[in-house]
Amino acid sequence: MQKTMSEKILADHAGKSEVFPDELVEVRVDFALGNDITAPLAIEAFKKSGAKKVFDRDRVCFVPDHFVPNKDIASAIQARMLRDFAREHDLRYYFEVGRMGVEHALLPEQGLVLPGDVVIGADSHTCTYGALGAFATGVGSTDLAAAMITGKVWFKTPHSMKFIFRGKLRPWVGGKDIILHTIGKIGVDGARYRAMEFEGEVIDSLSMSDRFSMCNMAIEAGAKVGLIAPDSTTESYVSGRAKRPFKFYRSDPGATYEAVHEWDLSSLEPVVALPHSPENVKQVTEIPETPIDQVVIGSCTNGRLEDLRLAAKILKGRKVARGVRCLIIPATQLIYMEAMEEGLLETFIEAEAAVSTPTCGPCLGGHMGILAPGESAVATTNRNFVGRMGHVDSKVYLSNPAVAAASAVLGRIAHPEEVLS
Amino acid sequence: MKIKGKSWKFGNDIDTDAIIPARYLNTIDAAELASHCMEDADPQFASRVKPGEIIAAGKNFGCGSSREHAPISIKAAGVACVVAQSFARIFYRNALNMGLPILECPEGAERIQRGDELEIDLDSGVIENLTRKEKYTAQPIPAFMQKLIKAGGLMEYVKEQMTGRE
Repeated sequence: MQKTMSEKILADHAGKSEVFPDELVEVRVDFALGNDITAPLAIEAFKKSGAKKVFDRDRVCFVPDHFVPNKDIASAIQARMLRDFAREHDLRYYFEVGRMGVEHALLPEQGLVLPGDVVIGADSHTCTYGALGAFATGVGSTDLAAAMITGKVWFKTPHSMKFIFRGKLRPWVGGKDIILHTIGKIGVDGARYRAMEFEGEVIDSLSMSDRFSMCNMAIEAGAKVGLIAPDSTTESYVSGRAKRPFKFYRSDPGATYEAVHEWDLSSLEPVVALPHSPENVKQVTEIPETPIDQVVIGSCTNGRLEDLRLAAKILKGRKVARGVRCLIIPATQLIYMEAMEEGLLETFIEAEAAVSTPTCGPCLGGHMGILAPGESAVATTNRNFVGRMGHVDSKVYLSNPAVAAASAVLGRIAHPEEVLS
Repeated sequence: MKIKGKSWKFGNDIDTDAIIPARYLNTIDAAELASHCMEDADPQFASRVKPGEIIAAGKNFGCGSSREHAPISIKAAGVACVVAQSFARIFYRNALNMGLPILECPEGAERIQRGDELEIDLDSGVIENLTRKEKYTAQPIPAFMQKLIKAGGLMEYVKEQMTGRE
């Protein structure tokens, strides 16, 4: 029987020859992670259960990244729970401030999540790793606690939806624009419970960084996973970093899809998701003049080196507009270092942007860039819900890093060409 | 098990940031989380909701972040059941893992208005709207989930497995 990638990965991890959509399966977990918001609840559930040890100290990972460096005393106490648990259980992969990064940028970079894996994370953007061809999905803290003990998780096998992207991308259009465009077309529940598969010549020529941005936001369409079949781009990214063996899965040509969408993106301009929903997508060129107060470039969606390079191309030799705060947050220590070596940080600081140590901080309205009532931000993050970055009367516009940087320079939502011309 | 109470009404795509904003996630204390429940959707909710009341909502309730603090805050606020047209998948799992009863019922979610008196039979999934004299039937909870609920939630199920191993 012809199968999708999701079905093949789940079958192999369930020890079955095949699985079918809607079938409940209990599968082996290759990697399980939590952060400083979600792990405390998981640790509590773990302790309450009477469990004495985690199923595998190499496969349970904590990344404090949301409210760290500790934003207040309460956050410091939560972060300490992770530290203490990691020490007590001798977790190999606990990433302290100074070594950590935004989890979904860090774990692929470190070769800890790999093609063909089943990964669960107590963070909804765990679906990012689908860009490597892993079945990776967000769960709650209790599901994480159960997996920390048993090394297993149950899933309902999802139906799959295929998205084929044709044509050639215009300048300044990248993975972020493609996924926002997709969410704009199908809506924030358009792929609810589904596996999204992305393919076509546009995906073939996309960098890993852009692929991560796309799969990262599959959850914003309600999906369980967002997957890209591994190819030579995946291979060259993974080889040299992989800490474990991995396996490439591809969907069979005759596999069953609940829906197939095929779009030509040749005329797509950079897009922005307007407040307060990721589905509220417009091309930058269609948006009336919108003044802004803040720009955030970073996050698990767009805090990678390629993203910073794009921002630097726009900011080089220019200044952030008066009245605008521009925050740039390299997603990991390695990215930070590389950005420094390439001179990107110098470009940012000369442009009068603020550069920060890795943190999720402003993306979820945690710290490091909270909005006052009435303020607006352009952010390369993933959610623009009411109050997401601060006060309930603030607004977030989601975009790619080039649009965000151009908006910082002009003090309003702008197309990169407006700055360069 | 039967639930009887007045209903609150919310719209489509109520996200977990609206249910419990991230600014309150520096605690895992259920009572503290409850005091901010639904704050960014209705700032009055947490102070006015009474134990045993019900939330009715539109499609994709609980979308966004995986924070389990969302069903925890709803449950600790005293809400007895959430009836929605549909639920986002992580919220659905989390609610059942937390022991918060939730029912998917498009008809009920549409018809129920704020203040309606409801009587819900969780076993049969029948929702009786006493105010409007109407009855709606929710989608049955999948058999495997019922097994988890009967075991007392996911962690109890895991404990059974742990005991089995020893």
